[in-house]
Amino acid sequence: MTHILLRHRDIENIHEIDVYRQHGGYEAWEKCLRELTPADVVQEVRKANIKGRGGAGFPAGVKWGFIPQQAPLKYITVNADESETGTFKDRELCERNPHQVIEGALIAAYAVDARVIYIYFRGEYMDAAYAFEEAIQQAYAAGLIGNHILDTDFSCHFYTHYGAGAYICGEETAMLASLQGDLGQPWAKPPFPAQAGLYGRPTVVNNVETLANVPPVIVNGSDWYLGLGPEDSPGPKVVCLSGHVNRPGNYEIVMGETTYRELVFGEEYGQGIPGGKKMKAMLPSGGSGPVVTEEALDAPVSFTGLEPYDSMMGSASVIIMDEDTDMVWATMKAIEFFHHESCGKCTPCREGTYWLNNLLHRIYHGQGTEKDLRVLESVAKNIQGKCLCALGEFAISPVLSTVKHFLPEYQAKIKAATNGQQKVTSREAAQTPVPA
Amino acid sequence: MGILTEKYADIIEGTLARYPDNRSAVLPLMHLAQEEYGYMSQEAVTEVAEILHLDPTHVQSLAGFYSLYYEDPVGRYVLEICTDLACALRGADEFAEMACNKLGVGFDEITSDGLFTIKHVMCLGACDRAPMLQCNLKFEENLDEAKFDALVDRLRQQAENGDAAPSVVQRISAYARSVQPLEQVEE
Repeated sequence: MTHILLRHRDIENIHEIDVYRQHGGYEAWEKCLRELTPADVVQEVRKANIKGRGGAGFPAGVKWGFIPQQAPLKYITVNADESETGTFKDRELCERNPHQVIEGALIAAYAVDARVIYIYFRGEYMDAAYAFEEAIQQAYAAGLIGNHILDTDFSCHFYTHYGAGAYICGEETAMLASLQGDLGQPWAKPPFPAQAGLYGRPTVVNNVETLANVPPVIVNGSDWYLGLGPEDSPGPKVVCLSGHVNRPGNYEIVMGETTYRELVFGEEYGQGIPGGKKMKAMLPSGGSGPVVTEEALDAPVSFTGLEPYDSMMGSASVIIMDEDTDMVWATMKAIEFFHHESCGKCTPCREGTYWLNNLLHRIYHGQGTEKDLRVLESVAKNIQGKCLCALGEFAISPVLSTVKHFLPEYQAKIKAATNGQQKVTSREAAQTPVPA
Repeated sequence: MGILTEKYADIIEGTLARYPDNRSAVLPLMHLAQEEYGYMSQEAVTEVAEILHLDPTHVQSLAGFYSLYYEDPVGRYVLEICTDLACALRGADEFAEMACNKLGVGFDEITSDGLFTIKHVMCLGACDRAPMLQCNLKFEENLDEAKFDALVDRLRQQAENGDAAPSVVQRISAYARSVQPLEQVEE
């Protein structure tokens, strides 16, 4: 297929501005400046229904529409803090096809009349993001960023910013707090960033991949975009495939047209599981989305495809686990992440992830009791709906979903512990049959 | 005047010029400070606070909050191995154990020659190329024991030759010099 987002896979050296422009690059940007009003741009993006690719799926055009036009100072912030376990798509886009992201961000700036764009990279991406800085410099030199862009009245500047290792800074208000030099902790909304964001000014926060969708929509029109995939999930999506697959990596699909089964086993994609093993479980949205089993494999990859299985596509970070995976261990690993990354602001999340981590370690290491299992569920349910941001909600989803799908694995470990037997090995636990 | 203002006046100026509020420059300057001082020592914290007119307590709290800042001394080369779920499914825990055994240290310790510290960290966004690590923020991917040995040999050789440790931070910071300052943005 021809890629819409991962264009560097079709066109060599598209990270160079000349190559990008030879292949239609910055045509959308010129079209906006010369032919469209900001209102036209918002309207077109809203019509195309570009849903946020960071995981939440909020339509970009609607977000832009929230920015009060009369405000004197507005900001665009690009979220490149990609830190979800199993997610590595924005890094590839910024490193290999940076101009498309820059162009999308500039169009966003024009649409809401913002004069400054900040891109917030996670600190760990410094090396990769240097490629992005080179692209920014090329665009400045070509007169596509800066004062009086292409001799119009519009001026806009583009700055990079680097975080320093905090998952929570992917949450929009935490990212803005971090950009202001504070601890990266979310604030209670309202105010939403569109009302009072960076430095108290109306601010758009868009994910890298979301913005990469914008230039093709401006060039080809919203009708073209809506023709790709189903009504509720139009457009291309980059899926990050990792874990137990033969060919892990990023794959671009059109939402609704590819199933998870094709993704895992298809020749063009993951090419199956090493050793010809069966799949036991899949985390469709990194550590954050509820785990699903083989029954969900025929669901299409889209914003609604996994709803029948009580899960979600999220940022499409698909982690595959084979039949020998110990699900208590996997859950413990997922919780170690959230325990480490909880920002500490809300008590239920800070204390809850600590206890989930303790309980899972205890059960995994063969010291769990029946009561621990009840406490595990109780702690999870007491985090639910009680925190400022979604981190707490994310943290409980691997726990509740694995208890739902793989309860016998937990019980086997607990039973062995209470019988005074030795710790159940991963393999033994993994082989415990799951009732139909 | 501190070491940073002496050595990197232009970088500091270029960094501050990006923001309407100097406070925003604190994370970038802490990256620079950590590289110069080795870790976020009291001196490093104090100098960053002085440059930005911030309370040192605030800078210290940031050093505690963000995992890329080290509050204790580290080796010349910091090898941060991702042992998060996606990498662990591809053998990252075993890889990290092997690495510790090879260098004869536990996590967060410094080898006796002062060269290496191994840390285990959360997802670095390279799950498709596990096991992997970042060495002073530079990614090393698709690793195994042989590649780890080769990496360690290479770094030992570099240290012996007196080559500077790889610096991603300086490259990024140097970019700060070339950006157009915010005050020149026309409304």
